[in-house]
Amino acid sequence: MVRFILDGQSVEAEEGWTILETAKYYGIDIPTLCYHEGLSTYSACRICSVEIIRGGRSRLSASCSYPVQEGIEVRTNSERVRRARKILIELLLSSCPNSRTLQCLASEYGVTKIRFRAEDRGCILCGLCVRMCEEQMQAGAIGFVYRGVGREVAMPFHQRSDICRECGACLYICPVCELPCGGPLQPGQLCNACLDTVQLDPFPCRD
Amino acid sequence: MARIESPATLESYRQRLMEEREGYKTVVSVCGGPGCHAQNCNEIYDMLKNAAEKNGLTGTVKIRKTGCHGFCEMGPLAVIQPAGILYKKITSEDVPAIVEKTLIKGEIIEDLLYSDPDNGKIIEKEAEVPFYAKQKRLLMSSNQMIDPTSIEDYIAHGGYRALAKALHEMEPTEIIDEVEKAGLRGRGGAGFPAASKWKSCHKAIAKDGIKYVLCNADEGDPGAYMDRSLLEGNPHQVIEGMLIGAYAIGATDGYIYVRHEYPLTVENLIVALDQAHEAGLLGKDILSSGFNFDIQVSVGGGAFVCGESTALMASIEGRIGEPRVKHIHTAEKGLFKRPTNLNNVETWANVPLIINQGTEKYAAVGTENSTGTKIFSLVGTINNTGLVEVPMGMTLREIIYDIGGGIPEGRTFKAVQTGGPSGGCIPEDLLDTPVDFDRLYDVGSMMGSGGMIVMDENTCMVDIARYFLNFLCDESCGKCVPCREGLKQMLYIIEDITEGRGTMEQLDLLRELAEVVRDTSLCGLGQTAPNPILSTIKYFEDEYREHIEEHKCRAGVCKALISFEIDPEACTGCRRCLKACPVGAISGEKKEPHLIDQDKCEKCGICYELCEFDAVIRK
Repeated sequence: MVRFILDGQSVEAEEGWTILETAKYYGIDIPTLCYHEGLSTYSACRICSVEIIRGGRSRLSASCSYPVQEGIEVRTNSERVRRARKILIELLLSSCPNSRTLQCLASEYGVTKIRFRAEDRGCILCGLCVRMCEEQMQAGAIGFVYRGVGREVAMPFHQRSDICRECGACLYICPVCELPCGGPLQPGQLCNACLDTVQLDPFPCRD
Repeated sequence: MARIESPATLESYRQRLMEEREGYKTVVSVCGGPGCHAQNCNEIYDMLKNAAEKNGLTGTVKIRKTGCHGFCEMGPLAVIQPAGILYKKITSEDVPAIVEKTLIKGEIIEDLLYSDPDNGKIIEKEAEVPFYAKQKRLLMSSNQMIDPTSIEDYIAHGGYRALAKALHEMEPTEIIDEVEKAGLRGRGGAGFPAASKWKSCHKAIAKDGIKYVLCNADEGDPGAYMDRSLLEGNPHQVIEGMLIGAYAIGATDGYIYVRHEYPLTVENLIVALDQAHEAGLLGKDILSSGFNFDIQVSVGGGAFVCGESTALMASIEGRIGEPRVKHIHTAEKGLFKRPTNLNNVETWANVPLIINQGTEKYAAVGTENSTGTKIFSLVGTINNTGLVEVPMGMTLREIIYDIGGGIPEGRTFKAVQTGGPSGGCIPEDLLDTPVDFDRLYDVGSMMGSGGMIVMDENTCMVDIARYFLNFLCDESCGKCVPCREGLKQMLYIIEDITEGRGTMEQLDLLRELAEVVRDTSLCGLGQTAPNPILSTIKYFEDEYREHIEEHKCRAGVCKALISFEIDPEACTGCRRCLKACPVGAISGEKKEPHLIDQDKCEKCGICYELCEFDAVIRK
């Protein structure tokens, strides 16, 4: 067993567990976007970043891939963590306003304004669909194409392929396919429908 | 060539080679580095060779085309050994004179010698040229002694002696200890102690007995070409370093990952590997020690991010070059999920030096925590552009003014950018910072792989930050959110500032965003990408403020913030600017003051540069 400090409490975790898994076990909520228990870890959305203090040095790291270590101190909701998550939510919403998951996160973290240039690209490139298709459906019909800001999820050569069985698993797992409560939003707009209630119930829209 | 069976055969072969070479009274080393290449050194080399043959000098004079000598500003270069005379800026017209006067009669051609711009003194010997005099060229000096396509040259120059010593006189752990004592730190950028890496890879258990050592030659920083020059000019030294490292670690296979933009490097490298194979220095039972090791070349497709260790490994494996999280170290699970050790070209090239010289002599150069030398590519607005190798701990001022010869045309220094696109800009008042891994980090920059870009008063620091950000935005793989989305938004903000739309709130947002991108990005590219922004805001905030509050770019670079006008008093109506204007924005009669149409003007500045009467004013 590995012992470490998680949000001020001394906790024990199995060797090989990640911080995210340990936090879940102890009932501590860490938001995730590109993580799914049934899929390989991707560590790209960085929304699950937590503060890890090790050897007197504090740094942020994605909790979904960080294996627990003896003697570290982890803060899942410190000021530094919240500040980083707020910026990440703002960044994601500026390129993908019509995601209920993201809009709910915005309310939860008190993001009430988008200060970045907005454009609707309809995808946050979390890669859940790509991994779902390849790892669970054993198809590999979709993948990433292009690089950097031009990156997108597509079928090879942008052509409909026979490998796709239209099973819909990609749609099922997509965190962006469900519209926010406030209905279709323009780039830069925020739903904030439950902004007032987050104080009472910290996670009104999530399971 | 015959297989070299043992250290003794290696030594006797070396002896024989040296005896064969005693016949040469003169050796002319023509620089074949990238800078001289662009200036026609190939033709000069061919002409020299032919002329020497025609004049019956084949037995006494050797003409050799080598790797980069370093002094690119003065190329094409040739050094005449054994006297060490440096000829600079040679043209094909100079060749007959060189053969006739220097090679046949032994006279020196004064016109081809370097003259010190400070005092006009003519300098004969390369070692006395100020550019070279202050350097410590432990690695680079071999370049001009060796034809990179000749293993014989390398062996005659003492090559593979360190390998023989390592294989036959040292235990693997002993080598790691030596490297540790020498204090060798990774030259690729982060300065991680090489021995620590080697140790963990040595300890790691290879399930199927295969471990890898890799050489990172994916040098992609704009303006940097140190690794290229080493690998292109002296490939065997890198191969020897990798062999010693592989023996210490217990590796069986090696890869050199080199970018496809370096075709000559790839060519020379493949020749070198074939020769090493033929000589039995690669392959099975090397020098009868029972040690087996082989190296393959993997040519990259051009992505900057593939210089990142995990992305590099993904690329060699044939997958998309994207980084992954490294909580399980690559020393345990790297390339093809096997224990892997990756070092940079320059790091590997240092290894034979440590084994040959011994740790004490090696560690005596440099500072306590950064030992040895470092090669920098000194570029930008500097008099002596080129590759410089200096002991660690030399100050930036010494490098820029004593070696680099200062800023051209009497302009003032503004900043020096170290560490490639992810490095930072260091201002004038920090020029006395000694160059080592830790001190550069303290001032908000980094050593990086060794790019050093000097900027003068005509450089706009906001525009520089925009330039590097644009580069990194292009080169981001797009996997993680902070790097993909964050860099793009940072670029939007900085474009707003350079185009006169910026606000002070945006400057705060830029800073806030930069810190989050640094803290949360997945790999080193994203984590260091905000450095140019953060360091320019830190040291040159007044320039940002000027852009935002006064809509002014003091360097006159940001086109949206400048305009050109003609002073009617000073204008003589010579029509020079009128004829040169590419968009026809200038009108006016001959001998009458001209006028610039602001709507048509593209702000290219050609009129400003051409006007002999200072009548064009930049506002």
